[in-house]
Amino acid sequence: MVQIEIEKPSERGFWVQLRRLPRAWIGAGLVILVALAAIFAPLVAPADPLKQFRDGLAANGIPLPPSAQFPLGSDNLGRDVLSRMLYGARVSLSVSVVANVVAAIIGTGLGLWAGFYSGPTDWLIMRFVDVLLAFPAILLALGIGAVLERGYRTVIIILTIVTFPALVRLVRSQVLTVRERVFVESARALGATDWYIIFHHILPHTITVTVVWTTLSFANTILVEAALSFLGVGIQLPDPSWGNMINEGQSRYRIAPWMIIVPTVAILITTLGFNLLGDAVRDALDPRTSQR
Amino acid sequence: MTAYLLRRLLGTVGVIFLVATATFIMVFLMPGDAARMYAGPRAPEETVQRIRVLWGLDQPLPVQYIRYMGRALQGDLGQSTRDKRPVLQAVFERLPATIQLALAGLFIELLVGVPLGILAATRPGSWIDQLATIIALVGISIPQFALGLIALYVFGFLIPIFPLGGYGTPLHLVLPALVLGIGGTAFYSRVLRNSILEVTGEDYVRTAKAKGLSPRVVLTRHILRNALMPVVTLAGLDLATLLGGVVVIEAVFGWPGIGLQAWNAIRNQDTPMIMGTVLFASVAVVFLNLFVDVLYIAIDPRVRLT
Repeated sequence: MVQIEIEKPSERGFWVQLRRLPRAWIGAGLVILVALAAIFAPLVAPADPLKQFRDGLAANGIPLPPSAQFPLGSDNLGRDVLSRMLYGARVSLSVSVVANVVAAIIGTGLGLWAGFYSGPTDWLIMRFVDVLLAFPAILLALGIGAVLERGYRTVIIILTIVTFPALVRLVRSQVLTVRERVFVESARALGATDWYIIFHHILPHTITVTVVWTTLSFANTILVEAALSFLGVGIQLPDPSWGNMINEGQSRYRIAPWMIIVPTVAILITTLGFNLLGDAVRDALDPRTSQR
Repeated sequence: MTAYLLRRLLGTVGVIFLVATATFIMVFLMPGDAARMYAGPRAPEETVQRIRVLWGLDQPLPVQYIRYMGRALQGDLGQSTRDKRPVLQAVFERLPATIQLALAGLFIELLVGVPLGILAATRPGSWIDQLATIIALVGISIPQFALGLIALYVFGFLIPIFPLGGYGTPLHLVLPALVLGIGGTAFYSRVLRNSILEVTGEDYVRTAKAKGLSPRVVLTRHILRNALMPVVTLAGLDLATLLGGVVVIEAVFGWPGIGLQAWNAIRNQDTPMIMGTVLFASVAVVFLNLFVDVLYIAIDPRVRLT
């Protein structure tokens, strides 16, 4: 009997491809930088992010621009913006990591299930997904934020709910094309069980979608968290998050633009890192789109 | 096809039913006493009680649910506890501003995004591709509300070309539409670029090239027709994102649409207003999704109606 191996992405090939892409290095570098900032925030930060310095405001109550004492300026309560930004990295990253891992598991599982078994199960899962996708993410988040007690757990729940439904659709549509391929048919003809076919013939073809989606959605969850915190239903003050820092700066952008610029740059570095990395991962996994 | 459409329409009704149920559950879980909020903190208890009876809040949960669904079916999404008006009326008043902003944003997205994506994909690796990729990456990576604030700071305060937020003249529309559109521009150009590159690797494109068709014909007839499919699908998904993005943009620019209204409602704990807006927006998205799916079948005959 002839064993035919089709398009199963080899792992070694993937890492070799990935290492050749400059984007991968830059992206990974930025992500590692932010991760280090998050992990070592207590060691690196010059001040307590919650401490309101007596000399943190000018005589007329205006936040101080960057100086030796406050490298990135102070905020409206005389707190050190650099320290708040570093601690903000902890909040954003930890919340996003948890939400994305949960979403990847739920999304892939439901997508495989729905795609492989057409019929009532598929219908039910997809209507469930439709309902979740029907809510505009930020509006749904505002709704949930209004109902649940505001805080970390609620933010994680919201981020998971806005992340996994699209993945179910993507995985399912991938499964729909794969399960019609000849090798699935032949596997079935040879007496393979559904379970075997899903794990050995279908899952390898959907892993790409899951990995790329998850890497790319990190950037999105960070943006959604920032938006939620900016709108006041995410991470609650006085805990620093990049979103609520920008919120505090919003009404003061004319007198203290650094209160907006610093957290914005922090968000940009993080999301740029994840997007570059996600893009590189995508190209490395899929030789058809590589640029060479 | 007709049978399929009918089934999809039924499915859509089902989804709307579930969406309404979900908002009812959220309303029910909402902390705070809606009747007390409506009456005001100094109203006597008996007035509050009368409102409770009037709204059926004293009834058991299943009765409340059936009444809620019944009213929603007739377009009654409740009364704002803040300004004592029907929610649907308030939403309809604010809707034109939101639609105006969303369409202006979509216009910018497609106007810039599609050509950028095609250019980037037809010359992969060239400086245009690199530039498009960089613009796209930054556009996707920057939070819209921060971009909006920075745009206000630069083009409203430092170089006062545009008004510092507000609504009314075309000048008011420029900054919010640009900020809203930039994210989508990046999104479409990148999706289209990757999709084109993916399709270009297919056998039928190689065949088309091999039989001597001009690159232009190969691009328009063989590549674009297939490559646009993910764009259409994602545009459907993106409509929801667009509506979500509108909330943030409206909050930054003081644009008086349904997003700003919902945000104010959150801050005022105006439950019926929040949930009414959420329900309304969701129903709109569901119908748009149905439209996109039907379009998808129309342009891709390979999709079987299962």
